[in-house]
Amino acid sequence: MSTNPNEEALEALAAARWRVAGVLTVTTLVAYLGFILLVAFNKPLMGQQLVPGLSIGILLGALVIVTAWALTGIYMLWANGKYDRALHQLRGGK
Amino acid sequence: MNPAETTTQLGQPNATAILFFLIFVGITLAITYWAARKTKTTSEFFAAGGGVSAAQNGFALAGDYMSAASFLGIAGLVATSGFDGLIYSVGWLVGWPVVTFLIAEPLRNLGKYTFADVVAYRLKQTPVRLSAAVGTLTVVSFYLIAQMVGAGNLIHLLFGLSYEMAVIIVGAVMILYVLFGGMIATTWVQIVKAVLLLAGATGLAGMVLSKFGFSPLRLFNEAATQYGAEVLAPGKLVNNPLEAISLGVALMFGTAGLPHILMRFYTVPDAKAARSSVFYATGLIGYFYLVTFILGFGASVLVGRQAITSVDKGGNMAAPMLAEVVGGTGFLGFISAVAFATILAVVAGLTLSGAAALSHDLWSSVVRKGQAPEAEQLKVARLASLFLGVLAIILGVAFKGQNVAFMVGLAFAIAASANFPALLLSMAWKKFTTNGAVASMLTGAISSVLFILLSPTVQVDLLGNTSALFPLRNPGVITIPLAFIVGAAVSLLFPEHDSAARFAEVKHRMHVGAPQPAPAVAAVAAKPADGPSRPAATGSEAKA
Repeated sequence: MSTNPNEEALEALAAARWRVAGVLTVTTLVAYLGFILLVAFNKPLMGQQLVPGLSIGILLGALVIVTAWALTGIYMLWANGKYDRALHQLRGGK
Repeated sequence: MNPAETTTQLGQPNATAILFFLIFVGITLAITYWAARKTKTTSEFFAAGGGVSAAQNGFALAGDYMSAASFLGIAGLVATSGFDGLIYSVGWLVGWPVVTFLIAEPLRNLGKYTFADVVAYRLKQTPVRLSAAVGTLTVVSFYLIAQMVGAGNLIHLLFGLSYEMAVIIVGAVMILYVLFGGMIATTWVQIVKAVLLLAGATGLAGMVLSKFGFSPLRLFNEAATQYGAEVLAPGKLVNNPLEAISLGVALMFGTAGLPHILMRFYTVPDAKAARSSVFYATGLIGYFYLVTFILGFGASVLVGRQAITSVDKGGNMAAPMLAEVVGGTGFLGFISAVAFATILAVVAGLTLSGAAALSHDLWSSVVRKGQAPEAEQLKVARLASLFLGVLAIILGVAFKGQNVAFMVGLAFAIAASANFPALLLSMAWKKFTTNGAVASMLTGAISSVLFILLSPTVQVDLLGNTSALFPLRNPGVITIPLAFIVGAAVSLLFPEHDSAARFAEVKHRMHVGAPQPAPAVAAVAAKPADGPSRPAATGSEAKA
């Protein structure tokens, strides 16, 4: 089906994808658990208002949502670009 | 801006609501009729022939996920307790990046209709499919019960219909969608519903914010003035950090194990479309939750907490009541119809994924060992849908008056513990074996159910005991690692040479897709995996 160097390149590409996926998953997890732990441990901080109506908690909650979406965007850009180009080459440019 | 005496039309038979609802049902049944004529193979029935574009699937995923519980429930929670509603919103959203990074593409490249296709790819079919079906069907059943009971209650409150009538209408219309239109109809129902829900919520938020100079902060500040600054700070919802983390991981990894969500990745033509569709879905769902947060505060300021809780203790009627206050009876009717449509679409997606487990995993693979002819597979798929639809109605009626809110949490816990670990290990770990997969899935399912039965949710809240044997309301933080550890330990204790030997093939196909039609498992014909997405029904060759 494919020659050896090709399989090796695929191996490397597969490892790269899991690495990127792993780093991004951990980033999401850290952002989310950070938010939850602040909610659990530091309620006064989360209730502090930066400007009237905007508490740190609301800001951080909204930020976690936006960050989660941005991370999927970053993954998509990486995968659609670098990853897909490399896959394309592995398949012999077809 | 005075929340005082609001007389509500809620619960009266509302002409606008009924009209909008009939229009929605009319349009979706017309779609079903059109879809039924295009549904001739199992691949079209379960995966829309792989012809759904990334953007369409993005909306359909959002449609599957944005349930009436999250729309009405979160708005209600924010209206009655402020900030705490946001904790749920965030938890429900952060599962989506995990789906994007770890699940979407490998699933698309390795499977056909169910997540068991992926787990069983290099393992022994019968034991793996049996245990995967246990996980899928328990998740689907609990989720269905929660949705049906919710549907009965909500529709009773919204339209004044009797509970049983509401459950039967939801069940009957949903059966029509799934039975005749399969995945093509279900996908379009989700898209129509997602657009309606997003448009309705956006319109409502716009009307609310127009009273506050289009500044959410002025709205929040007004709420803080009326109810005290603590509405902007965390309240009683999260006190025990371990509890919080446990709920958090169950929500986060549960999304990546929900059968009706996973199934959607088979409807797109390739891995690229799969990953793009989750990006769209995450954006839509995140936006929706942020808007819901505004609606909740809007309701507490403009409708008033007392008025909301006097209609429904849980606050579920906050969003519809808000619609009435800012937009009159007509808008109340529209939002009520949207909530009804939302429930219909979610149960349709759930039923279809349960039917796939019954017919594809249990009948075609376990009973008939992959020898069932196409016509028989399609017939069994339809029978399974009908069976599950009727079962949903029966369960909905049987659980009338029960507190079933915990069942959604239970469904997420089982999905995260029974389905997700086995799915991830099968894709990423060479030494994973049949015994390991079976042990992991059964451990995850049984331990989640057991711990929830022993948890305060069931022991204290439901049975009225003073204490519970298991301290956590959500067992995720114990059961997810347990499923991983048991899966890994059993695999290492009983190595399986064939499985490890075939890992190279899995790895190749997971990334490259299926360029040559692989024997028996190829779901798509040989074509470049990154070709442009095509509108509907790419080819009748799509069946294996």
